[in-house]
Amino acid sequence: MKIAVTSSGATEESAIDERFGRAKYFIIHDTESGESHTIDNESNLNLQQGAGIQAAEIVLSEGAGVVLTGHCGPKAFKTLKAAGIEIIIGCSGTVKTMIDSYKQGDLKPVDAPDVDMHW
Amino acid sequence: MTLQIAVASGKGGTGKTTIGVGLASEMAAIKPGVTYIDCDVEEPNGHLFLKPSITEKRAVSVPVPIVDIDLCNACGACGSFCNFKAIVNILDKVLTFPELCHGCGGCSKVCEAQAIREVPRVVGYVETGTALPGNEHGPISFVQGRLEVKELQATHVIRAARKEMPDRGVTIIDAPPGAACAMVAATKGADLVLLVTEPTPFGLNDLEIAVNTIRELGLPAAVVVNRSDIGDERVTRYCEEEGLEILAEIPHDRAVAMAYSRGELITTAVPEFAERIRGMIPRIYELVQG
Repeated sequence: MKIAVTSSGATEESAIDERFGRAKYFIIHDTESGESHTIDNESNLNLQQGAGIQAAEIVLSEGAGVVLTGHCGPKAFKTLKAAGIEIIIGCSGTVKTMIDSYKQGDLKPVDAPDVDMHW
Repeated sequence: MTLQIAVASGKGGTGKTTIGVGLASEMAAIKPGVTYIDCDVEEPNGHLFLKPSITEKRAVSVPVPIVDIDLCNACGACGSFCNFKAIVNILDKVLTFPELCHGCGGCSKVCEAQAIREVPRVVGYVETGTALPGNEHGPISFVQGRLEVKELQATHVIRAARKEMPDRGVTIIDAPPGAACAMVAATKGADLVLLVTEPTPFGLNDLEIAVNTIRELGLPAAVVVNRSDIGDERVTRYCEEEGLEILAEIPHDRAVAMAYSRGELITTAVPEFAERIRGMIPRIYELVQG
């Protein structure tokens, strides 16, 4: 399975970016191969509206089954849900530690957004 | 003749409403037939000073898509048409985000399966009435647009408010701050755009952006420097370099701030302020008559 993690930097050593739609990068980690690649989310960062929706579309197109992030707003949540992608919020620390925690089964998906739009 | 003056600014809080309401009341004192339209629909506050009696209120709505999923063939045409992510195709589903919809109707037009119909969604209100009847500064026809809380489509409400503009007399439009779509919608077609600024680095930066926008729109502009005795000379220098006429420089005055905080009509409460506003009027007529 592929995991999408919102990241403030381009590598797994970077700190988590707590924002989903306007995260600086997405790191897509494949649990089977153990490999990761990075997607620059800059084109989404400055969108006035709909950044969460577009970010969810990116994650879907990457084939990810779960998102690890800090917070998730209502529009991103609705889009990820429709795509059947699980959402795990409250992540902090480095991307790598969160991926490891997820693999160990320490993280549980949520069933509601935790912040309002434009958070 | 009709005369349409839009009072705008790049930076918020420079005194647009103070100048706009002042101009409306002073122009009405000279000649009846003045309309004030508050197009700052996110936070209309001209009413605090003009204290109008509102006689009519009507809803402004945007047509938004409703998808009949049984008819949808999941072709994805609607989602690729929409620039605003108001309709999105996820796998075989269609998601709509009505608050993002600009009401263009494109999604329903490109839907070959005819699965999309549009329903009106209320995003705000236009209120009309009369202000200052029996006052030496009135009466003024009053219009204000009010965007509903949590709504985003300010331009729809602004356009609806502007439709109330009479085809005679003077209309003062209180435009929203900034230089984006809402400001463009409010100032469209104005005979003169009065850009209210203050002589600070922020005031200058945002004035430059507003001037660029107004020039792009091809509208004539002039500047009012409010709180002219704070800050520095850079706004004045910029206006000279750009050939922008400064119609008034209004010094900071505690009496104006106090009257403002009490919601008083400042042209009545502070005679010196009224005089500065009155002083602009002949030049405004000269500018618009070319």
